[in-house]
This record gives sequence, structure tokens and C-alpha cells, in this order.
Amino acid sequence: MTTITSPTAKAKRRALIPLAIFIALVALLFYGLQLDPRKVPSPLVDKPAPMFELESLEDPSRTVTNEILMGKVSLVNVWASWCPSCRQEHSELMAIARDNDVQVVGFNWKDTRPEALEMLKRYGNPYVISAYDPDNRYGLHWGVYGAPETFVVDGEGIIRYKHIGPVDRTVWETKIRPIVEQYRPQTS
Amino acid sequence: MIHHRVRNIPLCLVLLAGTLAFGNLSAYTLEEFKFETPGQHEAFRDLIAKLRCLVCQNESLAGSQAGVAQDLREEVYRMMLEGQSDEEIVTFLVDRYGDFVLYEPPIKPSTYLLWFGPFIFLGVAGYMLFRTLGRKKDEPEEDLTEAERTRLQRLLAADGDNQDKLK
Repeated sequence: MTTITSPTAKAKRRALIPLAIFIALVALLFYGLQLDPRKVPSPLVDKPAPMFELESLEDPSRTVTNEILMGKVSLVNVWASWCPSCRQEHSELMAIARDNDVQVVGFNWKDTRPEALEMLKRYGNPYVISAYDPDNRYGLHWGVYGAPETFVVDGEGIIRYKHIGPVDRTVWETKIRPIVEQYRPQTS
Repeated sequence: MIHHRVRNIPLCLVLLAGTLAFGNLSAYTLEEFKFETPGQHEAFRDLIAKLRCLVCQNESLAGSQAGVAQDLREEVYRMMLEGQSDEEIVTFLVDRYGDFVLYEPPIKPSTYLLWFGPFIFLGVAGYMLFRTLGRKKDEPEEDLTEAERTRLQRLLAADGDNQDKLK
């Protein structure tokens, strides 16, 4: 009769390697599950904001261009009256525009003028001006694929950050505000 | 109850007619994109099938009913009519939407792991398999004790005798 010799400590440790690999793989895949696939990084970050030339929402005779972004940090907020999340973030945008030295520029996207104006009348207008892009003419150049989206553009007209989805207090405090502070022109 | 049902038939018909009449109006089709040659139409279809719709990420630009997908189809169509090459159109979209619009990501340092990772895993697994098999072969079988060896010889000898008898 042969006796089964007990495995050495080394062999025991070796046997644990597949288990360790398996756990690492599960951890990696689990981490992957937590990621939001809608948050696609924009290739436009750290690039000059794409040129645009659109009518103002409020006043069709006025034209809005990139000029508006020069000289101060701006939030360019893509919004539409048909988008529930835009309504959700509206009060936060109002608060941001009121309490901070940052200009909020509206980018009204795939919307109709009467409905958009109606929404601003009802919920207030946080925007210094809103560019009106009903046909997604320039939204496409900005890589917009849904509303709301919010870009942080510095005083030189360079996009510094893009947030996809509604802006709430947490997003503003933890993600957008630090970028705004970082790129605010130094006045000293 | 029966009354109820009968009364609702006209309404059902109206709704059905409405669905049939207007249902198609809201759906996007590729019919509206007219090309001079069937070859161009095919090239258009091939190109938009390679591009991902960012709204419905499991759909290509060719198949998606999302409004943004339609906008992008129109843009691709416009650029094609202008005579721009597939590469120019793809570059235009990648510059704005990122590599994510491509179903097949380009090979570059940040995607090396994606492209070559499976082969690396396969290589490592294969190496480990052959190493393990090799070691198994080299290892001597458990040796018998002197007493067992004598017993084995005896059994074999007895077996040999039996076989002789059987012949």
C-alpha cells in the first residue's frame, strides 16, 4: 500500500494561486459593474471649445458665439424643456449662478423656442444667455449626445471638464467647483 | 359587459388606424437617404453600421431610433455627398465623440491590453499547462518498498504461470 504523503507548505501555497487569480478577476469585473457606461469621456476636454454661431433663445436677432466664453470661467449647460433631468438640475443651476462668480451659458438643444421660454419663465433663468440649437447643428460639434450635459470652459475658451447628467449639490461641490476655482483668472 | 366591448370597437379601430397611419412617421428609416448609385448606398450602410450610437450603446448608428443617431446619420450622409472619405468622416466623429463611437477600437497604447490581453492570458495559461504536464512526467513514480517489490515479483511470476496454463 502506498501512503499519500501530506503536501508540503510550498505546494499548499501554490494551490491557492488559482483561487487568488479568480478573486482578483471577480473584483475587477465587479468594479466594472459599478461604472456607468453612459459616462463616456469627452475627447474635447483640454481642447478649445468648438466654434458655434447660434441665435439667442430669447432674442432671435442676437447671435451667440464663442466670444461669450472669453475672459471668464463659464459653465456651458446643455438643456431642453423636454428633458426631465434638466428640470431636476434647474434649481441647482439657479443657485450656482446666484452664489458664484461663474457665468452659466445655456445651450438649448433640440428644443422649440416657445417651450424653452416657457420653462425659463416658470422655473427662472440661470443663464446669462442661451444659444438656441433646435437642429443639433452645433451640439454635434460639442459631442453632445444627451441632455443635460455641462461643460466647464476656462477664460481662454478651452474646455476643462465635461459632466454628463444632472448637476446637483454634490456634483457641483466635488467635481465642478474645484475645476472652476482652478481656472478662475487670478485677479491679484 | 358586452355592450362595453361593442362600444369600444370603433375606438379600437380609430386607434389602430392611427397607429398604422402615423406609426411610421415617427420611425426613422434609411429610405430617406438617397444616393446616385447603389454602391454609395452600400458604403453608407457599411459605415454607419461600424459606428456606435452613444444613446443606445448596444445599437449601431444604422439601427438606432434615437434622435441623436438620426442627426449623426444626416451628418454622415451630408459629408459623404460632399465627397469626404470614410476616414475623414470617422475622424470627424472620433474628434467629437471619442473612440467610443467606433465598435472596433483603434490599436494604440491605451487599448493594447484590450487587444492583446486575451492572447497574453492564453500564452500564460498554455505555458503553465505545459510546465505542469512536464513536471508530472519528470517526477519518478512513488517507489515501492523492498517488501512490496518482492511481493510484486511473486505476483507477476504467478500471473505468468497462469497465462501459460491458459494457452
